[in-house]
Amino acid sequence: MIRPAHPDSLLVIVPAFNEEAAVGRVVREIREKAPEADVLVIDDCSLDQTAAVARQAGAEVLSLPYHLGLGGAVQAGYKLAYELGYQYVIRSDGDGQHDPQDIPKIYEALKRSGCQMVIGSRFLEGEGGQTTLVRSLGIGFFRLVLRPILGRPVRDPTSGFVGVNREALQVFSKSFPLEYPEIEALVVLQRRRFRFLEVPCRMRPRLAGRSTITVLKSFYYIIHVLLGVFVNVLKYERRRR
Amino acid sequence: MRELLDFTTGMSLAVILLVLVSVRRRHIRVEYSVSWLGAALALLALSRWPVALEKLAGWLGIGNPPLALVFIVGCLFLVVLFRLSVIISDLKDANIALTQRLAILEYRLESAHGTQGAQG
Repeated sequence: MIRPAHPDSLLVIVPAFNEEAAVGRVVREIREKAPEADVLVIDDCSLDQTAAVARQAGAEVLSLPYHLGLGGAVQAGYKLAYELGYQYVIRSDGDGQHDPQDIPKIYEALKRSGCQMVIGSRFLEGEGGQTTLVRSLGIGFFRLVLRPILGRPVRDPTSGFVGVNREALQVFSKSFPLEYPEIEALVVLQRRRFRFLEVPCRMRPRLAGRSTITVLKSFYYIIHVLLGVFVNVLKYERRRR
Repeated sequence: MRELLDFTTGMSLAVILLVLVSVRRRHIRVEYSVSWLGAALALLALSRWPVALEKLAGWLGIGNPPLALVFIVGCLFLVVLFRLSVIISDLKDANIALTQRLAILEYRLESAHGTQGAQG
């Protein structure tokens, strides 16, 4: 079983669903670029050999008995990491779009800044890779929506390449948005007056498979997330002193 | 109007019968049958008591009592559907939490037995 080996213990969680073609390389790259980190693949009840491939590549695997979707899988990883006592957790997607070379950068930023969340941002340097027009419009829209809520600008609110410290881990292990979690998670943290930081990261083409995002799904995403944001804004939460 | 009221009476009795049989056969839990029985009994009362229906239609500002009945049916079933949505949401939250807990326990168990790396 993975265990935190030192006070600044880092766990990289990789939510994966039917990613047998990419997850092995993702795990090997993470172990190579961030040797100090433990790697946990959360297999979201894949129909293929995702779990076996991840184990062969050297990761531990948390296998969900039912498909929960991205938020449920990520939260399962957060729960286990919190219970095992990890100080920092970085999420990296199983399709290989997040470059493991940037993990040490996020880890250092988490330790150095004291922020509860560090976002690997595609837009701090350059144009953010292969983002579609609809997605770009959506990101621009949410930047505008989040600016007054967060009290500061956020360049890449939809990034899934995110690191959290133990304070945020505690919150997310109890309360985490289950569908399209990235933007809502920012609002959840803001309600506790937690801080976040963005560091520049690169986005690569996915190693295998293709995106399931369509124009129709993008509009559904915008409406769903917008509703989730406002529900979270209206929610009463006991503020941190 | 008479035909509509008779039809509503028949429907209400059918729903009550169906719910009671379902509860008896344990296809539906007692606590989830209450909304359906309440709605069906309300419709039964209105369909057999035209004076009450006319009064209710007057309060609602609907000149036509059959139209008021259709409106009330819609409202009652909206309430029932909303209650079911709340129940389904609760069940989904519970399922997600249980699934996560089960996965974590399995992981810990496999790790304790040293089988985590040996699978696949």
